[in-house]
Amino acid sequence: MIEIDALTKIYGETRAVDAVSMTVETSSITAIVGTSGSGKTTLLRMVNRLVEPSSGEVRINGERTADMAPYKLRRRIGYAIQGHGLFPHHSVGRNIGAVPRLLGWSKKDIRARVDELLELFGMEPDAFRDRFPHELSGGQQQRVGVARALASRPDLMLMDEPFGALDPIIRARAQEDLRRIQRQLGSTIMLVTHDMDEAIRLGDRVAVMDGGKLVQYAPPEEIVSRPASDFVAEMVGDNERPIRLLALIPVADAMEEGNAEGPAVAATASLRDALAMGLWSARDALPVERDGEVVGRVTMDAIRARAERPE
Amino acid sequence: MTSWPGLVLRGVILALVVALVTVPEAFRPVFAPVAPTPQQAIYTRTSILSLAMSHLALVAIACAAATIVAVTLAIAVSRPGGAAFRPLSRTIANVGQTFPPVAVLALAVPALGFGSGPTLVALFLYGLLPVFENAMTAFATLPKTTLDAARGMGLTRAQRLWQVELPLALPVILTGVRLSVVISLGTATIGSTVAASTLGEVIIAGLLTNNTAFVLQGGLIVGLFAVLIYDAFVLLEVWLARRTGRATTR
Repeated sequence: MIEIDALTKIYGETRAVDAVSMTVETSSITAIVGTSGSGKTTLLRMVNRLVEPSSGEVRINGERTADMAPYKLRRRIGYAIQGHGLFPHHSVGRNIGAVPRLLGWSKKDIRARVDELLELFGMEPDAFRDRFPHELSGGQQQRVGVARALASRPDLMLMDEPFGALDPIIRARAQEDLRRIQRQLGSTIMLVTHDMDEAIRLGDRVAVMDGGKLVQYAPPEEIVSRPASDFVAEMVGDNERPIRLLALIPVADAMEEGNAEGPAVAATASLRDALAMGLWSARDALPVERDGEVVGRVTMDAIRARAERPE
Repeated sequence: MTSWPGLVLRGVILALVVALVTVPEAFRPVFAPVAPTPQQAIYTRTSILSLAMSHLALVAIACAAATIVAVTLAIAVSRPGGAAFRPLSRTIANVGQTFPPVAVLALAVPALGFGSGPTLVALFLYGLLPVFENAMTAFATLPKTTLDAARGMGLTRAQRLWQVELPLALPVILTGVRLSVVISLGTATIGSTVAASTLGEVIIAGLLTNNTAFVLQGGLIVGLFAVLIYDAFVLLEVWLARRTGRATTR
């Protein structure tokens, strides 16, 4: 558990981060979203003390970060940034093994960990281990950057716009990968983004920052359906609210008994996917399948009901 | 870079320079037409090999010292705490470059006496600026995200310097060393006016006795050294730059 307590950073006259308090649960993703200049990156960088707080404190599993030597603290916290920041003169394997090497792991353990992570990110170890970063595609570099941040099984991983430099298609895939890997490893992640879509898609909780202040910290459903201020509502986008809400609900939640015509939608897909399928094929109901078997149906009426403004 | 004609040309130049230095007598027929008498076509007062070796040693020592000092200085002023000294250090390096080498020799002789000492000082001062300027550029243009990641991962200051900054800056620093070495190879010849043993001795002997053969012989060897060493540095820089994925810079 990460506790952030009245954390403040003052630059001259401006309060870049103003008394932010929040608790991040272990094995969850917290997405910090805001416009540029909202203090979200400063907040993140105070957690591993790349920026020293003016006041307030951070505790990781009860330990005050202020009591640790910064470089030791940082070795316990994964760090992945936009544009990956890989060491261009080191091979992929050496990049991923960087923190374990700093921590004094044995060569054998480092190699095993590097191969394990490469496999996890869908990169054949024998093909990629000895390549150099400039020989990889943008998406591959980004994956290596995230793998490097995860290498020492850190208590916490900080990610600053990790997918910012990727094109939309690769970006969506990278987000899915991160979600899958986070679930698999149970990692605790704090992620900064300016993209509300990304925050809603990835975050177990979303923190909205504005002018250095934390204006709302809640699960994504709540951010979408009950924005705490006009600013949050604007970030979510009025027109897109029903669609964003549907994107958060799995088809299984709105499923009912019965049959329907045509191709089926997966129970694990979102209601937004179901809505799109229904609209496209002009159907009032879609069959729902799980593991290849039809288990029920979802109607357009049911979808519409879930997209209405909550009371 | 490693095309066949290129390799052959390098081999020929290397063979020529080795022959010029080790068996100068073989070139008597070549230089005879420009010598006053055929007996004076080849410089024989001192062995060319020993002159060449001491010439190269002087350049190597002076450039190594200049590189160490210039890179250390560049590292110091590229730290946040040293930024205030940047203009000052730049001025000092520039002054070193503005002094004519002859003036440095003249000033250094009373202090250090005749011989290699004053030449070393002149070459050292001359070598500082190119290395310093290149090292400054190298440290200022390192990829920001890589440095941020290195810090965020928990590398200490020293680890960042040795494992990240220096290796990444190396190709650009080497460009400066290359310039400094080539300048020094030429400048070292002047050292023979104050009795340093360099290939300049052959050239100066030629100038004093109106013997074009000596001037050509000394000049040719120094020139070929410069070509070969320059080329070797370029190859090294390209290889390093390719390894680090940086665009090849000249």
